[in-house]
Amino acid sequence: MNIAVCVKPVPDPGHYNRITINPETKLLDRKGIPVIINPVDKNAIEAALQLKEQFGGKVVLVSMAPPDAGEILKEALAMGVDEAYLLSDRAFAGSDTLATAKILAAGLKKIGQLDLILTGSESADSGTNHVPSQLGELLGLPHLNHITELSLELPVLKMKAKIENGYVEYEGSLPMVLGVAREINTPRYTTLMGVVMAQKKPFTIWGLNDLGLDPAGTGLSGSPTQPGDLLFPRHGRKAEILEGEPEAVAGKIVAILRGAGVLP
Amino acid sequence: MPNQPGSVWVIAEKSREKIAEVTLELLGKAREIAARRGSPLTTAVLPGKDADLSAAELIAHGADQVILIEDPRLEPYQNDTCALVLEELIKRHRPEIVLFGASYRGSELSATVAARLQTGLSAHCIDLKVDDRKGLVQVVPAFGGIVYSEILCPEARPQMASVKPGVFSKPARDAARTGTVLKEKATVLEGYQSPLKAVRVVQRQPPELPLEKAETIVVGGWGVGPDMWDYLEQIAGELEGAVGCTRPALDEGWTRGEHTMIGTSGKTVRPRVYMGFGVSGSAHHVVGMKDSGIVINVNNDPEAPVFQVSDYSVIADAGVILPVLLEKIKEHKGI
Repeated sequence: MNIAVCVKPVPDPGHYNRITINPETKLLDRKGIPVIINPVDKNAIEAALQLKEQFGGKVVLVSMAPPDAGEILKEALAMGVDEAYLLSDRAFAGSDTLATAKILAAGLKKIGQLDLILTGSESADSGTNHVPSQLGELLGLPHLNHITELSLELPVLKMKAKIENGYVEYEGSLPMVLGVAREINTPRYTTLMGVVMAQKKPFTIWGLNDLGLDPAGTGLSGSPTQPGDLLFPRHGRKAEILEGEPEAVAGKIVAILRGAGVLP
Repeated sequence: MPNQPGSVWVIAEKSREKIAEVTLELLGKAREIAARRGSPLTTAVLPGKDADLSAAELIAHGADQVILIEDPRLEPYQNDTCALVLEELIKRHRPEIVLFGASYRGSELSATVAARLQTGLSAHCIDLKVDDRKGLVQVVPAFGGIVYSEILCPEARPQMASVKPGVFSKPARDAARTGTVLKEKATVLEGYQSPLKAVRVVQRQPPELPLEKAETIVVGGWGVGPDMWDYLEQIAGELEGAVGCTRPALDEGWTRGEHTMIGTSGKTVRPRVYMGFGVSGSAHHVVGMKDSGIVINVNNDPEAPVFQVSDYSVIADAGVILPVLLEKIKEHKGI
C-alpha cells in the first residue's frame, strides 16, 4: 500500500503575534519566526504511518515549498516517512489553493501508483481548508475532508467526517484523497535514530519542467484569486482600566453588566 | 429571471430540516451586494426537501428567486452529488457571485465546485463588498487574524466566497416580500454512481444556549486554570449567558468542547457583553470576538494584547476576581 502525504511548511502559529508589517512596503515581516510543518499535516503523517505499519508498503511526502524547506521536511522523514518530494520553483510563488492543488496533483501523478493521499484539513497560516477537496477533484479521485477516524478493512475504507455537533460515517474504497482533522490521532515524536536515518532517505526536488507544467498555469499568474490590499485590524476600544481591590472591581463590573442590560 | 446572468447567489444550507442561520445571515449581506450591482438575488437549495417552507423563509429574508432541487438522489447529503448538481446549475445560470456558509459541508462543497469550475474561492471572509474596479472584495484573516487581506477574483467567474456563521447579522424577516420559486430535478445525477456512501449521520442536539445566541459570553483562557473553571460556568449561569473558551483552554481539556471555542478556527460571536478571564488575546481569538458589544477583560499581564480590544480592563489574576465577582452578582440579585 503506497500512501502520499501532502504537507505545507508554515510560520509557527505560536509566533504570529510577532509578525509585523513594514509601514512603507506594506509587506509582512516574518523575520525570526520559525517555520514548522503545518501542525495538522503531522496528524496526516501519523495516520499514514499507522496504515503502513498495518498493511506494509511505503509512505512518501510531497510538499510545494521554497527550496529551503528541505530541512523541515527532514523532520517528517525522521518520523518514519520513507521518501520526500519537494516541488519547488520560482514559478510556483503566489499560488492560491487551486494552483497549489494543480502543482501537488502533477507531483502525485508523476510519483504514480498511489493508493491513498492524505493531508491536513487546513493550514495554520491561511486556513482555507480548500486543498484536500481541490486536490481530489484535480486527480479525479473521490475525496473527503475533516476526517476524525479512518480504518481500512480491505477493500472497504471506513471514515468519519466532522460536521457541526456531530459526524457522518462514510464507506468508500481506494484510491482516495482525505483531509484529516487533528482529532484523528496524536502524531509521534521523532527519535534520535529517526533523525540519523532521515539523512539517508531519498529526497527529490522537482521544478516546473520536471512536472511538465505550464508557467502560466501556476503561481500567481495561474491563480484565479489575486491578493488585494492588506488591511490592519484597528479595534478602537476605549480600554478604561478598572482599578481597586477585587471587591471594588467586582462592583464596577456589576454596574457595567447592569448598564448593558444583562443584569437587572 | 434566475436565468439572468450576473445575479448574486447564496447557496442555502439546512440544519435539522430548517434553513441554517448562516444562510439567512448571508442573505442580508448578499441583498446589499445585489442592490449595489442592480442584480437579482437568488438562493439555491440542495437538497430541497420540505421545500416550500424553505422558499418562503428565504424570500422573507431577502431572496428574489429560490431554486429548489427536490430529488431523492440528494439524500442523504453527500458532497460529491451536491457538487455535481451545483456545478451544472452554475454553468447554466451563470451567476456573477456565489456565496456559501463556511460550515464543514459548505467549505467542502465550495472548494469542490470551485475546482470543477476552475474559478477563484476565498474562505472565511469577515467582510464582503463590491467595488467598481475590483469586483467582489473578499476580506479574509491571514496568519490567524494578525492582518486582513483582500482577495479578488479579476477574471474567472463566478466569484466565490465562504463566510462563517455569526459574521454578518441576520436581516429582519419580512413576510410581505415576494419572490419566484423554481423547482428542478437533479437530472445531472442520471446514471451517476457515487464512489462514496454516507452510511450514518450522528448529530447531537446543539447546546441549549449556543454561543451565537447568548447575550452574555463569559470566556475562559489559559490563565483561568482547571480549578477555577467552574466559576465561569456559575457566572454565566447567573447572567443567563454561555461560556466560551480559547484554543489553549480547549487543548487543556477544561472546556465543554470545540463548539465553545471562539476564533478563526472556531465560533464568531457578537454578544452584547463579552467578559474574558485569563485570555491573552491572540489574533486568532480576536477575529472571533471583535464585534462584541461591551468587552471586559481580566488578565494579570498588563501587556496582554487582549487589552487592546477591551472597553474595560482589569489587571489582576482571573482566579482572584472570579469568586468575588460571582458573590457580587449573587448579592446584587438578592440570592
